[in-house]
Amino acid sequence: MSQVTAAVSIPAPIARPARPPALSAATAQVAQRALRKYLRTPGLFVMGMVQSALFLFMFRYVFGGAIRAGSAGYAGYLIPGYVATIVLFTGGGIAVAVAEDKAQGLTDRLLSLPISRGALVAGRTLADFTTNGWSVIFTAALGFAFGFRLPATAADGLAALGLCLLYGLVFTVVFIVIGLFAPNAQAAQGISMIAFVLAFISSTYVPPSSMPGWLQPFARYQPVTPMVNAVRSALTGGSHDLAAALIWSAALIVAFTPVAVIRYRRA
Amino acid sequence: MTVTGPPLIEARGLCVRFGKVAALDGLDLVARPGQVLAILGPNGAGKTTFVRTVATLVPPSGGGLRVRGIDVARDPVAVRREIGLAGQFAAVEPTMTGRENLRMVARLFGHRRKAADAASEAVIGMLGLDEVADRRAGTYSGGQRRRLDLGASLVGAPRLLLLDEPTTGLDPAGRAEVWAAVRSLVAAGTDIVLTTHYLEEADELADQIVVIDHGKAIAAGTAAELKAGIGRDIIEVALAGGEQLGAAAAVLETLTASPAVIDHAGRRVRCQAGGGTAQLSDAIVALDSADIPVEEIALRRATLDEVFLALTGSKKDVPGTKAGSLR
Repeated sequence: MSQVTAAVSIPAPIARPARPPALSAATAQVAQRALRKYLRTPGLFVMGMVQSALFLFMFRYVFGGAIRAGSAGYAGYLIPGYVATIVLFTGGGIAVAVAEDKAQGLTDRLLSLPISRGALVAGRTLADFTTNGWSVIFTAALGFAFGFRLPATAADGLAALGLCLLYGLVFTVVFIVIGLFAPNAQAAQGISMIAFVLAFISSTYVPPSSMPGWLQPFARYQPVTPMVNAVRSALTGGSHDLAAALIWSAALIVAFTPVAVIRYRRA
Repeated sequence: MTVTGPPLIEARGLCVRFGKVAALDGLDLVARPGQVLAILGPNGAGKTTFVRTVATLVPPSGGGLRVRGIDVARDPVAVRREIGLAGQFAAVEPTMTGRENLRMVARLFGHRRKAADAASEAVIGMLGLDEVADRRAGTYSGGQRRRLDLGASLVGAPRLLLLDEPTTGLDPAGRAEVWAAVRSLVAAGTDIVLTTHYLEEADELADQIVVIDHGKAIAAGTAAELKAGIGRDIIEVALAGGEQLGAAAAVLETLTASPAVIDHAGRRVRCQAGGGTAQLSDAIVALDSADIPVEEIALRRATLDEVFLALTGSKKDVPGTKAGSLR
């Protein structure tokens, strides 16, 4: 270790910035930081992929044999739903990261800088949408490896993928808000478990009609079911539940984005 | 007064409430340019809340707060351009290198890419981070991390640097590193307001000290002025066994003519002493001739606990004195 007396040399003058950063520049910096953290934390990046693969493997090959759903076999039923809802499983990491930034003082540092609160939300969303988008694309590729085949054209497949990416954006904002309200990282993880309920009690893994009668209304009318149905339908060029899926997506974004901006202002 | 212009910080009857709890309860405080101001107080006194309010992270609930003449409640955005904040949690991104952290914050202050690189380079040199600049901050020692945090608050050349408990949790070497860094900033003309619960730290770094408790300023002045108000140094004796605590206290009281305080749990006796090292030698001799086996004996400055005891005239709420009994 160097001596303490040698730790400090004559300061060079540091220039003062002429003006605060533009919204785009600040957004890019905030996003870059979040992405670097994600890519450089193997527990987030690599384990996220391993987990996605493991769950898909178990549903497809362990439970799949006992489940009758859809006309195209269980792979054809499960995999579109799995890809559409993968962000509900990986998104908990977003809430945890946001809560950690708050607890470790990084959010305070950013808030004390002359940047707009919009840049904080936009940068965070951009980064997390990128990681969610990667989850969607990776899981879709896994789906093909696990026996999924496009029932119709590639264009229909792309439309379905586009919907899945849209859901990635929707739930990014939802998980950011969860992270902002959670008192700490553990709580953020815990609250994110609600997403599991939404994913399981929906049409993702089994048809709601196979559930007990008292559970069916929830399974049918919560947002995830129309979202998943719209993806399945889009794969064959259809538009079943598409309107409901789009309305739910827009409503969630419109409801949660201002909450995130306001909450960041007071974080 | 040689310094002109508005005060760095001017708080008048500042209140910050969280629900029913008043973290700041009518705080009055003025920090002038060209001086280092230390805000001293125990945990929960309102130090961090004050820094967070100055840094526009918490809105005032009442009273006035101006930073370089700018009203914090009216124009927080303008205040953010004036300040650099280094918090007690060392807010750097552990997965990024020191250099990457500094560049990011420099860009967020508004520097363009080249200027951000130059500012980061200058700060790395200034704080002696050259050797570790390209390592991830997560691998830094506590002292290095705090210096990087300090550096991150400097890359935008703020007019006021806010340091919230800059050395809390650091080992003595880390503390010395941070102190050296702060001193060099002061020498370069940076205006600093810092909080601490170490009297020693305020003494080392500050020109002016404000003591706060329960959200109010209870004393202000230079270190010398405060110490004159607090009184003398303290002789502290630790014994191996508890039986002779009373006898040791009697010896010290006779010697110093001040009341001694017995801490039964710690097997210690403390006593104010105005006679310096000569009196310490006398105490050693007197204890020895009274056949009291001493495990440890020291002459030391008053601690913050004792400052508070002196300032508030009450043992209430002072940590560490509950076990003591006044004879």
